[in-house]
This record gives sequence, structure tokens and C-alpha cells, in this order.
Amino acid sequence: MKQMDLKEKLISSFLAFENQVDVDVDSNVHDVRSKAFSNFEQQGFPTKRDEEWKYTNLSSLLKSNYNIFSKGEASLTYKDVKQYFINETDCYNLVFIDGKFNAFLSNTTHDGLDVCVMSAALSKAKYKKAIDTYFNKLAKENNSLSDLNTAFSSEGAYINIPKNTVVPKPIQILNFSTGSEQEILIQPRNLVIVGENAHVQIIERHQSLKGNNTLTNSVTEIFVNQRGIVDFYKMQNDAETASLIDGTFVSQQKDSVASVHTFSFGGKLTRNNLEFYQNGEHCVSHMNGISILDGKQHVDNHTLVQHKAPNCESHEMYKGIYDEKSTGVFNGKVIVEQAAQKINAYQQNNNIIVGDKASVNSKPQLEIFADDVKCSHGCTIGQLDESALFYMQQRGIPKKEAKALLMYAFSNDALKDVKIPELKTRINAIIAQKLDVNIGFDL
Amino acid sequence: MLKIENLQARIEDKEILKGLNIEVKAGEVHAIMGPNGAGKSTMASVIAGKEEYEVTGGSIELNGEDISELAPDERAHAGVFLSFQYPVEIPGVTVTNFIKSSINESRKAQGLEEMPAKDLLKKIREKSELLEIDRKFLSRSLNEGFSGGEKKRNEIFQMAMLEPKLAILDETDSGLDIDALRIVANGVNKLKSKDNAVIVITHYQRLLDYIVPDFVHVLHDGKIVKSGTKELALELEEKGYDWIKEELNA
Repeated sequence: MKQMDLKEKLISSFLAFENQVDVDVDSNVHDVRSKAFSNFEQQGFPTKRDEEWKYTNLSSLLKSNYNIFSKGEASLTYKDVKQYFINETDCYNLVFIDGKFNAFLSNTTHDGLDVCVMSAALSKAKYKKAIDTYFNKLAKENNSLSDLNTAFSSEGAYINIPKNTVVPKPIQILNFSTGSEQEILIQPRNLVIVGENAHVQIIERHQSLKGNNTLTNSVTEIFVNQRGIVDFYKMQNDAETASLIDGTFVSQQKDSVASVHTFSFGGKLTRNNLEFYQNGEHCVSHMNGISILDGKQHVDNHTLVQHKAPNCESHEMYKGIYDEKSTGVFNGKVIVEQAAQKINAYQQNNNIIVGDKASVNSKPQLEIFADDVKCSHGCTIGQLDESALFYMQQRGIPKKEAKALLMYAFSNDALKDVKIPELKTRINAIIAQKLDVNIGFDL
Repeated sequence: MLKIENLQARIEDKEILKGLNIEVKAGEVHAIMGPNGAGKSTMASVIAGKEEYEVTGGSIELNGEDISELAPDERAHAGVFLSFQYPVEIPGVTVTNFIKSSINESRKAQGLEEMPAKDLLKKIREKSELLEIDRKFLSRSLNEGFSGGEKKRNEIFQMAMLEPKLAILDETDSGLDIDALRIVANGVNKLKSKDNAVIVITHYQRLLDYIVPDFVHVLHDGKIVKSGTKELALELEEKGYDWIKEELNA
């Protein structure tokens, strides 16, 4: 018998899934899922004919025979995954193994704030108001992959910070895939609500441990209310067998500050759809990214900032280093609506091509409908500066170390805003390891 | 210390050095002068091992060892230092971190442990005082946004930190005002000893008032065509190079 293709398999699984998920009778979630599912059914997976997917081809990924529902039997001990935790800093932890919540490795709270799981938020009456207000309000505008995630949404992180609360420690969301049973499709769904004048730091990590192909189709919605501050760090240091499609959507109210940092250091294919919507005056949005790739790895950063209100800022800085046959895409779209006067939108994408067969496609897209704004963008694609290499070698630094030091320094701009010291140290260590060098200091 | 015999080098298809000979002994200061395009900077780059230049003949010996096949970093480890005419900016790497890497890589090549942080800081303090370098300067990105004078001072600071056997100063005086020139020259003079040697490449006699050479050579069309003592530099300052060209053609 011919293997069922992934779309058919998803279609045939949906009803069974919908019936078994434990949801309140009067919840809107069923409707949201059904609607999202029919959108997905109509559109299917994006193809290369789709302008937004011109340089990222999913077709080879979709050929695997994914298990859509994890059995969740894989057992992991803390010892197995300890290295992926930020340990020295006290954190709230939400750990998911093959998409299933692992209470033993987690550390949740309901004390003054909610750091818990989506399955609870989607099914319990006390969260109904928040879910009805926020769930799928941002992701619905988007592509069929977000719809697919919405249709099958059942688990992930639910974080709700009440107003005037400064969360004293970072929240870690750790997604492990064991790859032990079979090829698996994981669809985490996260919701983050930052109340008025509240502040939270979140670290999200996707990590495959071994074995079979994993495809993660993740969606995170972040709502930042007036004067709220959120720092979100994405660690995408993954195995060669793992692919990740991430949709992160941020909605900001006035005077809020939101930063999303994306660190992509591996994986077979990574696609980041990162979208910011500024709904009130004096919003500040930061998007920083570092990609360091080799082999045949592929990373595609698709960003969107929609300036809807005046006197706001957006700053975007993506750096990429591409070795061997790796490929990268940067697509930065900025929409400035007519009402959004006196905004300042800054976008920068710098790339270094190290491998002879590596390549990058970089595309700024500015759509400006206001007349008194400051929008700037810059893109560079180059090689390591030979005169700088000679200079460093002349001072006794061997070529390999000199190259690494230059790459390190190159990516440093995008690292300086990381506010959790241990995380910064970790990232420095990962970069040093990726570049196979010990330069003896942190930048 | 340094013995160069019949050195020939080219970049792409252009012959630049056409049989250069020079011998520099420990404790000596040599000045290389000559008109634009004579090959002065090429000579410096070739000794330091810049890969764009192809050595097509001759030899470069440092303390009896042929270094002409070594990589630039290996030559640096052997004791060659080149103060660049145009020091390169390296954003994101501070002066202190750069010098730390530089020193520790050299030590590693010699089979030594890394220099303890305390010793390194002490040395940085001493040498930065010698060159009248502000402490704040040390935490700035290497050469980024430095003035011409700061860049040159930073070169000599690195030289002071690395204590090379052979220092080649490629137009270190260009872009320096008189005060900076005095500071840099004073630094070089303090670092001079009977065990090391300095080659000063310059257009002008001015620097040689401060760093007094034992020998002055005129480089013309890829060869050393005239050598003398410091008086030769004065003569060149006064009369230019044409008389040398005429002598050659006669």
C-alpha cells in the first residue's frame, strides 16, 4: 500500500484527536480548532510556488512517515538532559518530552502568576476568559502551518503574568524530542500574557536527543500589555535530524518593550516566522538573531513588524555565518501604516560566507504608508576580511583562531543585549564550540 | 639577526622586489628610505609573510633559520613584528582581549602556559604608561574609530607587549603630530636592546631625529641601491632622490 502522505494522515487524524481532547463543553476552543483545520485543509503545506517559501523547501521533510501523536512513553531522567538547563540561575521550568509535559522535570507555579501547561489552560474553566481573549488571536492571521498547529493544539506553555509583577526568575521552556520510537511530528503551542507594567524573561529551547527525524511545528503567541516588558530567548541548537518551523507572534500595547532573540546553531531545517504588531504609541520592539551553520543546514528568518501607531521603534539585527554547504534566508518585512508617524524602524542583516558552497538570500521589504518616518535597512554578504586575518596572524594568532575570532566578534553585536549572564556564557560556549576554537575569553 | 639575500617577490604579475640584500644585526637600527613605489612596504609585508606576495627567489633568514616558508603567525612566534602603515580595524574585539590572545598564542607556540591574568594586567599597565595610553582606550574595539595617531601608538603598544626580536616599523611616523611622534619614538627607544633589532621604514628624516639609525638604506626599484650612516638621511632630506637615480644611470 502506498504510504499516506502527511496531509492525508493529518486529515484522517483530526476528528479522532478533536473528540478525545478534554475541553469544556462551552469553550470556544473546539470551534477555533475546527476553523483552523479547515483552513489548513484548503491550503495544505506551503510550496516553493508560494512567494514566502521561495527559498525554503519543505517537500523533503514532508515525506517522512511521522507519528502525529506521541505515545509519550519515553522516559528521561534529569541526568540525561541536565546540560540543556540553565542551572546556576534559579528558573521556573516547563519540560516537554516528545510534546508531552513532564511534571517530574518541571517546576511550575500558580503563586501570584501562572507558569503552567496549555492543556490545563485550554480545559479548565478558570482560564476560559484568558483563552477566549487571547488564544489564536494572533496566529490566525497567518499561514497554513500556524493553522495546523492551532488545529492540533493541546500542549505547551501557558504563562500569564498579572499586572505590576516582575517575575523574579527566568522561565525556561524546554522541548526535548527523544526520537526513540519513530519519526515524530511535535506541535507545541505556547501562550504568554504579560500584564500591565509586568516584566518577564523567557528562554525557549528545542533539543533533539538522538535518532529519528523530528519535525516541530511550534506556535507562540505573546501579548504585552501597557508598559509590559518581555525578553524572549530562542535556543535552536539542534541535531541534524531535527527540523523546526516556528511561528512567534507578538502583540504590543502602548509603552511596552518586547525583545526576541533567536540563536540558530544547527538543525536540518529551521524556519522562523517572527511577527510583531505594535498597537499603541511608544512601543519598542527588538529582534536579534545569530545563525551559525555548517553541513547542509538551512535557516530561514522571516520577520514582520507592523507599525500601527505613532512614535514607536523597531530594531532588527540578524547575523549569519555560513560554512560548507549551509544556506540561509533573511526576509525582513516592515509595514508602516499611515497612522504610524514618527516611527523609527531599523533593520540590519549581515552575513559571512565561509564555505565555497554556502549561500544566503537576504531581502528587506519595506511598505511605508506614513510620510514622517525614519526607516533604514542594511544588508551585507561577504567573506572574512583577508587584511584583518593577516593583521591578526602577524600578531601571532594562527589563521584558524584568527578566523574564529573574527566570526566571534562579528556575531557579538547581536549578543550584547542578552540579559541573563549564564545564558550569555552558554551561547558564547556554543559559538566557540561551533567554531571549534577556544579563544580564551568572552566577548 | 636578519639576513636577506637576493630576495625577489611579486604580486600577481608585477615584480616588486628584484634582488634585495640586507643584513641587520642584533642591537642595530636600520632605516629604509626611498621614493614612492620603490617597494618599501612590500619588503615589510614579505618579511612578515603576507600571502598575496609570491617570493620567486632569494632567502630570508632570522637567526640562521630560513623563515620564508613559514606562515605569518609562525614568523610572529619566531620574533617578527610589523607595525602596520594602516592598522586594521577589528570591531568587537577589545585592545585588551586582542593582546591577550596574541600573547597567549605566542606562548602556546613556545610550549608555555598562558600568562597569568595578574601578570598580564601588570604588563599592560606598565606598557600603556610608557606609551601614555589612557586605560579607557584598552577596552575599546581594536583600532575602531581610532585616530591615525592612536592607531600608531597602539601598534607600538602591542610591540611593547610582545617584545619582538625584529620590529619593522612601516611608516609609523605618518599621521603623527610632533607630540605623538615623540611618544612613539620614546617607546621604541626604551624597547631597544642589544638583543633586538629595528627596521624603520620612512619617507622623512624627521622620525630619524628621534629613532637614530645605525644605517640608512635607499630602496629603489626593488633593490637597495645605496647604504650609509645617518648622514645619508640628512642628505636625502635636503636633495631628494633624483641624484641617486642619476648616479645609478651614470
